[in-house]
Amino acid sequence: MGGYGDVQLLRDDGLRLDGRRLDEMREVKIEAGILPAADGSAWVKHGLNVAVCAVYGPMEAHPRKMQRQDRAIIDLRYNMAPFSTSDRIRPGFNRRSREISKVTAEALESVVLVERYPRSKIRVEIEILSAEAGTRCVGITAAAVALADAGIPMRDMIVGVASGKVEDTVVLDLDKAEDNYGQADLPMGILPTTGEIAFLQMDGDLSVDEFNLCMEYNMKAAKEIHEIQMDALRRRYEAKSGGAQ
Amino acid sequence: MTGAEEGAVLRLVTPGEAIGASSGVRAGTGTLKQGNEIISTKLGWAKENNGVVFVDPIYSAYLPRSGDLVIGIVESVRNNLWFAEVNGPFNGLLPMSLAPWKVEFGAAREHMDIGDVMLARVQEVDEAHNIVITMKGVGLRKLKEGTVLDLPVNLVKLVRSDNDSILNSLKEVSDCRIIVADNGRMWVDGSPENISMVRDAIDLLRSSGHMNNVTNVISQFVEERRNE
Repeated sequence: MGGYGDVQLLRDDGLRLDGRRLDEMREVKIEAGILPAADGSAWVKHGLNVAVCAVYGPMEAHPRKMQRQDRAIIDLRYNMAPFSTSDRIRPGFNRRSREISKVTAEALESVVLVERYPRSKIRVEIEILSAEAGTRCVGITAAAVALADAGIPMRDMIVGVASGKVEDTVVLDLDKAEDNYGQADLPMGILPTTGEIAFLQMDGDLSVDEFNLCMEYNMKAAKEIHEIQMDALRRRYEAKSGGAQ
Repeated sequence: MTGAEEGAVLRLVTPGEAIGASSGVRAGTGTLKQGNEIISTKLGWAKENNGVVFVDPIYSAYLPRSGDLVIGIVESVRNNLWFAEVNGPFNGLLPMSLAPWKVEFGAAREHMDIGDVMLARVQEVDEAHNIVITMKGVGLRKLKEGTVLDLPVNLVKLVRSDNDSILNSLKEVSDCRIIVADNGRMWVDGSPENISMVRDAIDLLRSSGHMNNVTNVISQFVEERRNE
């Protein structure tokens, strides 16, 4: 028995409680362009996480003190719906959502060609409808698809993915129990084509070898999610057009 | 050659996707040169024309350029100038000197007030995206009747393509006066039923504007309406 307390997170046959292998991701589904009022939008279901993202702009940044003369800013709001967890979440900003909004905006700023739109802002709204660990990663994945759908120029897509350590074993894509009772969590924002890292946080302790294995798992998962992102964007247009123009 | 077909569509690309090798070609709009490859920065159709690889985006926001014909809506009025919303990130500034009337200082509001619609041209765009618009020019005026409809910016080129073929057929079948502006707005004047018909056509364009048979779809629509 490992982990913290009496919670067993790995089965005796080496699989995880939900039957996944150590390097297996939860199922990911993505739809692009689901909100007609937004310039771009996306819906992402990652395991039991559900996120909707809407992108508006570029538009003039207000108040004026927010404006940057040489680039656009990303005005991002990450919010968890009151009904997204079993305990009701008090609506509105809190410390956690403020932090996630900030780090997600910074991750997106490194892929969006912000220098194309001086003094402007790109408004990104991420709404978590259902939460089951890893919502900041799901938010990043959804935001990338919504930005692409809105025609915002980007040098790459970005994928949010996490791995961590439970019972001294490195596992990919932690679920709720693993996140709550595990030993470490390593969410990352990865540019899938170049393999660059735009966002990295670590909660808990990992040895160098464990960290490298987490990176390897995350990179592999990022490629898989990227394929799903591209498929969602293509499906929206190719299904209707039956081929190129 | 990068793998992009000459003058024709290659395929639908997503941001960050490699379009082909960068040797022998130039990176056009919607693309970036990264190492030895040309990558797309937008979701759209990769094309190559005269040695330039570019991406024709499926959706794009309006970015004003000097000389664009725009339909603006007055958002605020000062003593000697108007600010018009032109569907871009920033409002267009129309100074008194570029208005078609002789305006006394402080009397700008008597000629155009908040909410009024104008047909104007972009005079100047500076590096910080400040826009100056002008109403001095043939046909530029305050639009007093008719209605303004939204048309996705990336479809403006399509509506005007092939010597305005889609636009002309719409004008003919709907018996409306139509002006298509570069900023994704369309001014339509006619009877309410006919304006409604143009609105239907725009909805059709919106849903099938990226399709290969869009001209056929529109011709079919025009033919059906003509027979009604």
